[in-house]
Amino acid sequence: MKQIVAVLTVIAAIVIVWYAACIPMNIKGVLTEQERAGAEVQPPSAKDRRDLSEIGLALNNSFAIPATWEQDRPRLPAPHQVAIEMWQTTVQKKITSKRSLIYHGWVTLSATMLGFVIGTGLGILLAVGIVHSRVMDLSVMPWAIVSQTIPIIALAPMIIVVLYSVGVQGILPKAIISAYLSFFPVVVGMVKGLRSPDAMQLDLLRTYNANRSQGFWKLRLPASMPYLFTSLKIGVAASLVGAIVGELPTGAVAGLGARLLAGSYYGQTVQIWSALFAAAILAACLVGLLGLIERSVLKRMGMAQ
Amino acid sequence: MKIENTTQPVIEARQLDLTFQTNDGPVHALKDVNLTIDKGEFVSFIGPSGCGKTTFLRCIAALEKPTGGSLTVNGMTPDEARRKRAYGYVFQAAGLYPWRTIAKNIKLPLEIMGFSAAEQAERVNKVLELVDLAGFGGKFPWQLSGGMQQRASIARALAFDADILLMDEPFGALDEIVRDHLNEQLLALWARTEKTIGFVTHSIPEAVYLSTKIVVMSPRPGRITDVIDSPLPKERPLDIRDSPEFIEVAHRVREGLRAGHGDDV
Repeated sequence: MKQIVAVLTVIAAIVIVWYAACIPMNIKGVLTEQERAGAEVQPPSAKDRRDLSEIGLALNNSFAIPATWEQDRPRLPAPHQVAIEMWQTTVQKKITSKRSLIYHGWVTLSATMLGFVIGTGLGILLAVGIVHSRVMDLSVMPWAIVSQTIPIIALAPMIIVVLYSVGVQGILPKAIISAYLSFFPVVVGMVKGLRSPDAMQLDLLRTYNANRSQGFWKLRLPASMPYLFTSLKIGVAASLVGAIVGELPTGAVAGLGARLLAGSYYGQTVQIWSALFAAAILAACLVGLLGLIERSVLKRMGMAQ
Repeated sequence: MKIENTTQPVIEARQLDLTFQTNDGPVHALKDVNLTIDKGEFVSFIGPSGCGKTTFLRCIAALEKPTGGSLTVNGMTPDEARRKRAYGYVFQAAGLYPWRTIAKNIKLPLEIMGFSAAEQAERVNKVLELVDLAGFGGKFPWQLSGGMQQRASIARALAFDADILLMDEPFGALDEIVRDHLNEQLLALWARTEKTIGFVTHSIPEAVYLSTKIVVMSPRPGRITDVIDSPLPKERPLDIRDSPEFIEVAHRVREGLRAGHGDDV
């Protein structure tokens, strides 16, 4: 109960700040519209208004403030405008429609999931190699770190162009960009997890004359599970970012990234914001789902009370 | 009592030396260690920290490699003995896997050594009873007290029926009441299984109460200063600790420890 109150308080605070921010952000556009419609605006000259601060303008023309929350193409749409847009493009549209957010969300989600699976698989394999081979430890880890210092926004178009030239297109290039972002947290987390058993536990296996694969399956892998799930939560969020970024440079017609891009081309800020929220909600759902899986797996393993 | 000496000793160390190379220069952990342990003996190693008692136990278990001298376990090198799974090792901490139940923890060595499922189950039941934990097989380690966890780890070391049991301060982290109880149980277990036990401790009463042979060690370099064959009978109720023989042995151990310390004070 206390938690719910806290969450609602934070949300209410954000909404209030947001509505307040809409006033200075949109006031100039609103005043221009109002002037055209024949209202009296202070100061009357557009040139004078340009030099005045937004807050000053809002104070001089308080009659125009409600209109800053109702513009067609506001600089900053009000929360209810975004909410209405999201409602209309999810519940009130058929999911096959090109304007349905669920359709676009699904396009991005499928690339995210494919990329997440590839990235996680690759990350686990690399971590196993790094833990078991000193050569891989020294050679792979620096490159894995370097790979994450290159801005993905610079790399994504190149990946798409190169793959296109060899005939690969569709979901796979996006998934690869997504995997590129998600493998790293998995590598780091799994290396730490696979190395988490202490010297005593390794000695114990030595007294049983256990071989490496027994050590891996019976000790290292189960011991790494809590670390794996933490990495997966970071990885899945990174995957989603990767899939969206992968949709930006391609002129993709579908996906949340395409919605963002189209919105910015046509000045449809409401559309941009609703796509942003859709992405955030999607990420929250994915992380939440992984949290549920984590709890049930660790509980079944006896590692969570 | 001397009849068993005609057979081959279980553990034999001759002029054993071990020097660790550390960043602060070489550390002489063991120097000129000579010791013979016969089958069925209960041998305690006692001494202050840094005297090499744990290191010597780890050498027997092939977890450390001596840099000089000879060491045989059942007539083999320690590493051969390790490969033949000649001993069970009990560490300071229970070290049970939190994701396995007690029964499954005890099964771990059996799985690794390839016992059949039926035999695994049978052995688990047998050793659980041996350490007085029957009925706790389905619990997870966090559901058990520290003393029970350590008993489970002893059961794990007993499960594959090695002749030698090496114990490195197994009760060091437990309170004295639990410790007394476990010491009593350990003696009963030793009487029933007739294993050869190497036991590291820094408690004088514990060493005297349990052992047939007490090895007193001293540090810098780690070496043996005294080997005491206990005159106490094999049957030992807890109140034997008030008998004159017990007090006399304890006194000799204390003297040995003091003499070892006198060298470098």
